[in-house]
Amino acid sequence: MSLEVIEANGLATIQDAGRIDWRRFGVPTSGPMDMFAFRAANALAGNTATSAVIEIGLGDIIFRALRDCVISVAGVGYALSIYIWDFPLWSSYYVRSGWTIRLNKLDTGMWAYLAIAGGVQAQPILGSRSTYLRGHFGGLNGTQLQVGDILRSETPSRSLNELAARSLSAEALPAYSDNLVVDVILGPQEKYFTNESMSTFMEQEYSVSATSDRMGYRLEGAKLTHRNKVELISEGMAMGTIQVPSSGQPIVMMADCPTTGGYPKIATIASADLPLFAQCVPNKSRIRFQETSVAKAQKKYRMLINKLNEGIVESDS
Amino acid sequence: MNPGIVPLGDSSVLIKLGDEIDLIINRRIHALANLIITSSVKGVVEVVPAYATLIVHYDPLLLSFTQMKAYLRMQISQMEESESRKPRRIEVPVRYGGELGRDLEFVASHCGLHVEDVIRIHSEKIYTVYMMGFTPGYPYMGKLDDRLSMPRLEIPRTHVPAGTVAIAGSQTGIYSIESPGGWQLIGWTPLKLFDLESKSPFLFSPGDEVKFIVEN
Repeated sequence: MSLEVIEANGLATIQDAGRIDWRRFGVPTSGPMDMFAFRAANALAGNTATSAVIEIGLGDIIFRALRDCVISVAGVGYALSIYIWDFPLWSSYYVRSGWTIRLNKLDTGMWAYLAIAGGVQAQPILGSRSTYLRGHFGGLNGTQLQVGDILRSETPSRSLNELAARSLSAEALPAYSDNLVVDVILGPQEKYFTNESMSTFMEQEYSVSATSDRMGYRLEGAKLTHRNKVELISEGMAMGTIQVPSSGQPIVMMADCPTTGGYPKIATIASADLPLFAQCVPNKSRIRFQETSVAKAQKKYRMLINKLNEGIVESDS
Repeated sequence: MNPGIVPLGDSSVLIKLGDEIDLIINRRIHALANLIITSSVKGVVEVVPAYATLIVHYDPLLLSFTQMKAYLRMQISQMEESESRKPRRIEVPVRYGGELGRDLEFVASHCGLHVEDVIRIHSEKIYTVYMMGFTPGYPYMGKLDDRLSMPRLEIPRTHVPAGTVAIAGSQTGIYSIESPGGWQLIGWTPLKLFDLESKSPFLFSPGDEVKFIVEN
């Protein structure tokens, strides 16, 4: 046993890198909203890249350590305190048995990832520990963390002393911001939209609606117009895919999105920018889209992951 | 055949073999999907077949779009030469009408048919599972006879029980878990479409053939 949930006011779920191999049966991937912060948390705790962590959003949470352990926290929009001290995110910490870990929600950002050295234990369902809320399976009992829940972890990869006090160098962080320019790869149904709408999409500012959730972020802004057909026969989608229904307001597919959809897809957000987009705050963040090529997007993503892997600074001791 | 291969973002590819719900096109989609699954290339994550398209998800840290395109072109040419395997056939017992098939009478009157005709027309055909989606294990099946063509509900119901058999447009489906639903409900099957306790959690796979058997 490693952590006990003392208070839970938001939405905290166990997530690993995502559930794959079952999308053709209608099972969404789930997994983290911010893949970069998720990976960083695991790297800092010395875990494998696909280990399960606790994703925390929408409110405060407090844990009590039930034994000595190392945790790491990465993300945006949370203040961390352990025992009686405040600490920055993007680092790992030695936590003594009995100490409390508090994560308080700030005004900016959305999601934080708490990794325990060794990885969070959970029964794998269809090969993954990720929680699929709508399906009521995965994670801890297929639902969000409740007061009294106990989180267990596996054996850490190294000794706790070696894993504590590691941090991610500032240069490795992508430019999280409330005013964001997001790279997108256009299509495949860009021809479903008027030329004017394509310009609008690339020039206007959008905000995230408060009705957004782990399935999708609804955007608010200039309406887009379809040339004629508003629906197409269903086809598969990806996280970051932007669908536009008849309302003309785009919806960005996120971690728990359905595997297929029937609305025209105007573009998909580049993998390197998806974590930054996921951290946009409803009614606060301002987003503009910018076209990029697949080759450029892939290069940007490769660089992001390389910087993460090279940016882990070991503890001095 | 000149299939479209276009990017869907930087980690997925969309292969388009057609624009409509067509059995021949759909069979090709499933043949291609199975070919890609069995060829097991590092970096190819998974495939999601739909009516006339196939999405291939891949790892951009391992494969570029150019490499994916070349690989997929090769798979498509191999698929054209290979024989598609015989689909699995699944029988689904259905209790038509009643509390769970509460739209059956409305469908009958809307289509100008007796209830017995609706049941007969729906159950006599062999359907193909064109694709799965919406919820885990949900099959989109067709083609439904034109005489039973119905619109979706204006306002979807918030809770449709698992096992409910439904129709809309040229399709028929079965709700795999309790969920909201906008299709016309005509019956219910005791079969479990999605069962995590089972060794095979999904009753259906894309490409299966389905025959409804009248229970009442």
